[in-house]
Amino acid sequence: MEPLLAVKDLRAYYKTELYGISRTVRAVDGVTFDLYPNEIYGIAGESSCGKTTLIKVISGNIRNPLKIQSGSVHFKAGDIDRDMLTMSADEMRTMMRWKRISYVMQGSMSVLNPVRRIIRTFQDIVSTHRGIKDRKLFLDETTAHVRRLGLPSEVLHSFPHQLSGGMRQRVAIAMATIFEPNLIIADEPTTALDVVVQRGVLQMLKEIQQQSGNTVLLVTHDMAVHANVADRVMIMYAGRIMEEAATETIFQAPRHPYTQHLISSLPSIGERRQRAALPGSPPNLSDPPEGCRFHLRCPVAIDICKTVVPAMRVLPDRHRVACHLVEGPTETPQEQPDATMTESDAAVTTQEVR
Amino acid sequence: MTEPTNGRAASRSDQEVGLVIQGEPGEKPLFELDHVVVAFQIGSLLAQSKLIAVNDVSMTLYASRPEIFTLAGESGSGKTTMSRLLLGDLEPTSGEVMFQGRPIRDVIKGAGRKRFMSEVQPVFQNPFETFNPLRRVEEYLFDTAVNFGVAKNRKEAADVADRALKSVGLSLGEVAKRYPHELSGGQIQRVSVARALIPNPKIIVADEPVSMVDASLRMEIVNLFRKLRDDERVSVIYITHDLATAYYVSDRIAIMLRGFVVEAGPVEEVLVHPLHPYSVLLKESVPEPAPQNKEAWTTHITLGATEVREFARAGCKFASRCPKVMDICRQADPPDFRVGARAVKCYLYDPALHIEAAPITGVGTARVQMDALLEKGEPSPAVTPEKEDVA
Repeated sequence: MEPLLAVKDLRAYYKTELYGISRTVRAVDGVTFDLYPNEIYGIAGESSCGKTTLIKVISGNIRNPLKIQSGSVHFKAGDIDRDMLTMSADEMRTMMRWKRISYVMQGSMSVLNPVRRIIRTFQDIVSTHRGIKDRKLFLDETTAHVRRLGLPSEVLHSFPHQLSGGMRQRVAIAMATIFEPNLIIADEPTTALDVVVQRGVLQMLKEIQQQSGNTVLLVTHDMAVHANVADRVMIMYAGRIMEEAATETIFQAPRHPYTQHLISSLPSIGERRQRAALPGSPPNLSDPPEGCRFHLRCPVAIDICKTVVPAMRVLPDRHRVACHLVEGPTETPQEQPDATMTESDAAVTTQEVR
Repeated sequence: MTEPTNGRAASRSDQEVGLVIQGEPGEKPLFELDHVVVAFQIGSLLAQSKLIAVNDVSMTLYASRPEIFTLAGESGSGKTTMSRLLLGDLEPTSGEVMFQGRPIRDVIKGAGRKRFMSEVQPVFQNPFETFNPLRRVEEYLFDTAVNFGVAKNRKEAADVADRALKSVGLSLGEVAKRYPHELSGGQIQRVSVARALIPNPKIIVADEPVSMVDASLRMEIVNLFRKLRDDERVSVIYITHDLATAYYVSDRIAIMLRGFVVEAGPVEEVLVHPLHPYSVLLKESVPEPAPQNKEAWTTHITLGATEVREFARAGCKFASRCPKVMDICRQADPPDFRVGARAVKCYLYDPALHIEAAPITGVGTARVQMDALLEKGEPSPAVTPEKEDVA
C-alpha cells in the first residue's frame, strides 16, 4: 500500500536572531514516518517534544521563525502527488486545506467565533472552498452532514457559548470533516474535556474514520487515549522519534527505555503497585545533548549513547526503535552532518529498507 | 501498598459510613462538615435562579489519621467549591464547617486567619500561574517562612526553605536564583508543594495538581503526596478528575455529581466495584492503558448538547441518564444509603424497596437520544438562550 503522507528526514528549526545573538531550537530533528490510508496514527510525547511543530509542518502552517532545514512531506491522494513543502501558500489554501487536510484544534472555544452563530462559520468555509452560494443548498447539505454525525441540527443555529465543551469540540470535528478530507489532524482534541465527554468525542472521531476510511493523525500526551483509539503509535522525545509500532506492540512489548518507562508509569484502577517517576526533565531543544537525546534520563544508558545518535532499527511488523540496545537492521541514519542530506538520498535509503 | 487505616478501621467500622469516620477517643475532628449547602445566585435580578454547587455534604477528617482524600467528579460537580469551603474562602449557605471543633467563620476572624492558614495550605493547578514569572521562586519560600513566623529573617528562612525543599526531593541549591520558567513542570509543582509545607500544615488542599503536568512527571507529584502522608503525617485533599491517579494514591474517595456526593467510601471499594450508576459510568469512561480492551471503550455513548439542565431538575441528578431509573428517582433527592463502609445516594440500595442486586451495565448507552428527543418536539437545550455551560 502506498503511503498517503510520507515524511522523510524532516528537520524544522526555530531560528531567531535578536541583537546579533542567534538561537536555533531544533524542535523537529530528523523525523521519518509514513501515514497510510484508513488508519488512526497516534503521536505521543511530553510537552516541548516537537509534536506541535511537526503538525504545523504537515498542515502547512510554516511561519517565521519556523524554518524547514531539510526533508520532504510527500502527499499522495487523488490527483495530488507531490511534496507539500514545495507548494505555495495559494496552492495550500486552494488545493489542500480543508479539502485534503483538515485540522481539529485543542480549544474549540477559540476556534469558533463567539459572536457569530455556528452556521455562519460553516458558511464561510463552504463558500470559500466549494463556492456554494445557494443558501438553500448549503443549508441542506450542512444540516445533513451534521445530522449524519449524530449531532442535533439545532447546534448550527447556536452561539458557541451555548454549547457544552464536548458539543463544541464535536462541532469543530464536523467542520473539519465537511469536505471529507484524506487526512484529519487532531491536536489534543479532548485534553480539556471530562472523561465521559472525552469518550464520546473520541468515539465520534473513530466512527467517522471507520465510515470514510480516511486517516486520522491523533496527537495527545495521554497514553491511555492512544491505547483505546490509535492503530499505530509514534513516541517522540526531544524532537526525534524514539519508537513506532502498532498500538498493541507499544503497550505490550515496548523496546525503547523511554517507552517502557512511559507505559509502566501509567496508573490503572485495580492496581496500586508503586510506580517510579523518571528523574529529570526533557532537554532544552536549543542545546540538545549529544548522542541519544534520552541518555541523560535513561536508566540503562551506556557509553556509546552519550556520543553516537542511535540509528532507527526496523524490527518485524513495522516496529521501529531508535536505541543502541536494540539489535536489528538499521534504517536511514538519523543524524547527518549539518543536515545536508538531499531529498533523493533519503528516498533511496528508506525504500531499500522497505 | 498497605492501607494505614485498615487495622483501626476494622474496630470502628460500625460507626463509619462514607465520609464520616471516627478519630481517637475524645479527639476533635480536624475538619467536620455538617450537612453543608452552598448555593449561588445566577442570572440577572429578574431572571434569577439558584445553583446549588454543594448539596448536603457531611464529612469528617482527623489529624490522627493522615490520609489522602480524593474528591472526584467532572467539571461543574462542585469539587472546587468544596476546596474553597475547606480553605475558608467561602461560607456555607447552610450547615456548618467546623475546624478543630469550632465553626470556621469564628476561626478565621482577625488574627485567627493566619493560624488557620498555617494549618491548611493550598496547592494550585497550574504551577506556572502560581508563581510570578518575574520573581525568583525562592522568594516565595522565604516570604512564606517569614510571614507565618517560622523564621525571623531571611537567613533563617533559607534553612527552613531548604528543609521543605528536601522533603519534596529538591534542595535550595537547585532552585536558588531561578525563575519559574527555568524549572520543569514537575520541579515547579514540587516547589509549590514545598512552599505549602513551610508553615507545617496538618492538611494540604490540592486542586487538580497534576492536570497541567506531563505524564512522566505526574507520578512524581502523586508519589510525593504518599510520602507526605506516610513520613510527615500530612493529610492531602486531592481534587481531581483523574480516577486512575486517585485510585493509585488515595485512601478515601468521594464521587461528586452536580453538588451531591453520590458515592463515598474506601477507594478500593468505590473504584473497583462502584455501586452508584454514575460511578459506574465514570469508571467505564476512564480509558485504560490496555489496548486489548479498546472495543468496549469505544462502543457508542450518546452525549447531551448542554449539561446545565441537570442542576435544576428535582430528584436524582443522574435520573435522565440512568438505565435503572425508577419513578421515585425523579420525585425526591435520594438520601444516603449504607452499603458496607460506603454511603451511596441511590434508591437502588434502599433496603425498604427490596430491589434485587443486579450488575449495572450499559450506563453510557442509556442516555436519551438527542434525535428521539427532537422528534417528540421537545425544545432543544442548545437553542434556548439561558442555558449556559457552567463548566
